[in-house]
Amino acid sequence: MSAVKALPRWADLFLLPVVCLGVALLAAGAVVALVGQHPVEVISVLVHGAFGTARGLSYTLYYATTFVFTGLAVAVAFHGGLFNIGGEGQAVLGGLGSGLAALWFSAFLPAWVMLPLMAIAGALFGMAWAVVPGFLQAYRGSHVVITTIMFNFIASTLLVYVLVNHLRPSGAMSVESLPFAESAKLPGMHEAFAWLGIEWPSSPLNVSVLIAALACVGVYLFLWRSRAGYRLRAVGSSPGAAHYAGIRPQRQILVAMGVSGALAGLVGMNEIAGVHGKLLLEFVSGAGFTGIAVALMGRNHPVGIVLSSILFGALFQGGAEVAFEVKGFSRDMVVMLQGFIVLFSGAMVYAIAPLVARALSGVTGWMPRGNVQAGAGGSHG
Amino acid sequence: MMGTAASAAIAVRMTGISKRFGAVAANADVSLTVPAGTVHGLVGENGAGKSTLMSVLYGFYQADSGAIEVFGVPATIRNADDAIALGIGMVHQHFMLVDTLTALENVMLGAEPHWLLSQSDAQVRAKLETLMASTGLHVELDTLVCDLPVGDRQRLEILKTLYRGARILILDEPTAVLTPQETEQLFGVLRLLREQGTTILLITHKLKEVMRLCDQVTVMRGGRVVEELPIANASIEGLAEAMVGRKVQMGRLEEACRSVGDYLLQAKHVTVRDAMNVLRLDDVNLSLRGGEIVGVAGVSGNGQSELLDVLSGMLAPTEGSLTMGDTSFGAGAWMDPHAARTLGVAHVPEDRHARAMVMDFEAWESAVLGYDGLPQYASGGWMNHTAMKQATATMMERFDVRPQNPALRSRSFSGGNQQKLVLARELGQAPKVLLVGQPTRGVDIGAIEFIYSQLRAMRDAGCAVLVVSSELDEILALSNRVVVMNQGRIAGELPIEECTEASLGLLMVGGGA
Repeated sequence: MSAVKALPRWADLFLLPVVCLGVALLAAGAVVALVGQHPVEVISVLVHGAFGTARGLSYTLYYATTFVFTGLAVAVAFHGGLFNIGGEGQAVLGGLGSGLAALWFSAFLPAWVMLPLMAIAGALFGMAWAVVPGFLQAYRGSHVVITTIMFNFIASTLLVYVLVNHLRPSGAMSVESLPFAESAKLPGMHEAFAWLGIEWPSSPLNVSVLIAALACVGVYLFLWRSRAGYRLRAVGSSPGAAHYAGIRPQRQILVAMGVSGALAGLVGMNEIAGVHGKLLLEFVSGAGFTGIAVALMGRNHPVGIVLSSILFGALFQGGAEVAFEVKGFSRDMVVMLQGFIVLFSGAMVYAIAPLVARALSGVTGWMPRGNVQAGAGGSHG
Repeated sequence: MMGTAASAAIAVRMTGISKRFGAVAANADVSLTVPAGTVHGLVGENGAGKSTLMSVLYGFYQADSGAIEVFGVPATIRNADDAIALGIGMVHQHFMLVDTLTALENVMLGAEPHWLLSQSDAQVRAKLETLMASTGLHVELDTLVCDLPVGDRQRLEILKTLYRGARILILDEPTAVLTPQETEQLFGVLRLLREQGTTILLITHKLKEVMRLCDQVTVMRGGRVVEELPIANASIEGLAEAMVGRKVQMGRLEEACRSVGDYLLQAKHVTVRDAMNVLRLDDVNLSLRGGEIVGVAGVSGNGQSELLDVLSGMLAPTEGSLTMGDTSFGAGAWMDPHAARTLGVAHVPEDRHARAMVMDFEAWESAVLGYDGLPQYASGGWMNHTAMKQATATMMERFDVRPQNPALRSRSFSGGNQQKLVLARELGQAPKVLLVGQPTRGVDIGAIEFIYSQLRAMRDAGCAVLVVSSELDEILALSNRVVVMNQGRIAGELPIEECTEASLGLLMVGGGA
């Protein structure tokens, strides 16, 4: 009768993800053992590779930065009741926007104008790419899941077209633009640390990690402190109640998709402005989809998203390390581990939550609330 | 001697049933004895444990301790199949029928006697026709369930259980969706079934029905049996007191001759067609004056919900107009809920779960729903959490919402407390017009009393109150004037003095006044 038993908040936010992660690691460990490797060794190499050195940690955080952007994008849409699968395409367009701004203006604008301009252009491009499916959903009823998937394909093709036919210097073999001028280069964290007098190894980690942190705070304030966020969440959790309250759902869909797309569009700041310094293909490489897993695992909350982004960043970085260090262990195994984590924290969470609830009530005598209501709720006349 | 004869006459004997959900004892040492061939009433407030007890009997839950005997034989009931095998059938309050199948197919579903559908069809039909003839439960077997009237659906549910050999019938709030006439018919059938030896367990909160139908009644409160007595020794007042644990005043209070004020809302020729072009409201004219409570009676689904939606701005009519003070709206440019609120229309919607609150929100977030833009709550697009929580705490205090904690999730409050919070929100801004749908659905008796007094206070303060309810008793207890709806039309309008269950019931089914 009762669906999923309600867990207390702390358990829902912290215990459950940790249990899911543990189960995923066990399952992955079993597979590692099956192929004749030593699970403990693999894990320790992975953890050391991701967190053990300053350089490894930098790489982990660099990957995490991108995931924070795409994870937040998914979360904002989710709070508005929408499943934005289009983070990938929105990030591509965001990168294109930042890149175009850099190519056009970086020659004569100083960095302090150029960099904000690139961020704004990226956010606007990402927003525009998300608002179109949002509009189709709000006013034409085309399902946003379908349209955003389609928009991913269109976005990647568009990027190829623009790069191949317009931005590639004539005669160049590789499909990429000319490098940006120095003013369009976001400083690396090692540079920032050096400026503060701290020595830090060189890595792709750049100042956009701070932009990501700001974005987390911004999303929190937007969702839980502003009226716009309140209305967005009302539409997302109960369209009927929102209608009753006089909130127009169509507008909220546009807002949710717009904010979501803008966040995804900021990926370009990390990859294009922070690392490559030129526009190229494949700079998103699946981060938009990883963002879905990140948001799921992070329970669509900025704090959770930061933690799960770091986890996925660590998997990327540590995984590369494992593939390099452990003989006979390929990167595919790491992808498998990610798959397990997504499976257990996304889909299997509904299977695990009741077990956790039962275990908890056994340990602490705490009672699952949902069940009591279903049981003692009486007949409603 | 005692042994076989006496125990054979007992259909259900539950002894010492306890069922805990964590720290809450939903049933604590409950015993229930139901002689065969009797109607046994089980009454109690929401959460009193009567549904849990019946769920234990029907195999939804396993009791933590205690024993069940069915017809004198100790029974272990692990699921509904066990219950059915023992001859126990249950008719749920919300019908468990497949709308897109015919009545016959619904009976057959899951109990097809033959692998060929045509064979099953014939066998089931033959058996059902004998059953219908002997019990007087008549249903058109080849009609799709979605085309059956509610009363027929209920008869079909009963038939379904009887077809599966039920000798003990559990009915959960069977009259909630019926007109007085349909209720009368149902009771006729139940009396006949009793004569034929069927044992009936009736879960209800309508004490009047208990008095009319039951042979014996058990009152539960807080998971325990507080009273069990033959109906001859029972009275409505006594039962109500046993249910709540204190004296309750439910009926109509003195209606002093009071002056009714100006017209605050006038709706003219309101017609609504839905997306399928079906007529939902048909040329409805309704005026509300300050200082009166107008009750809207009718069988559910006859346009009452659409009327509330139109008047609250949630639904724009196809035709018609609305005047409130100096402001008028035509069908082409109807107000939206926000505009309605601005004009002083407060709305307590029928569907608390889907509309009145966002169940995932904390109580204070639900307590400002629709009013989040008020200057005391928000400034420059930011929400003033402190002010909102403060205001919610005040509302909870004034309306005795328990637990008094604005930070709890809306869904974790009981129905009555949710309703009190919604009322507190809607009454808080001194509305001119108050629209209330099903004010006490799923609400405990104790809270009902409070809600009634609040609605009366609004009336006395000069507010125009419109109450839509499927409970005639409620309409009769609150209204100054009653409007009856049937098939989207106003079938009649009576001053309260002329209202009786019979006169309203006749209008509800479309008969002349």
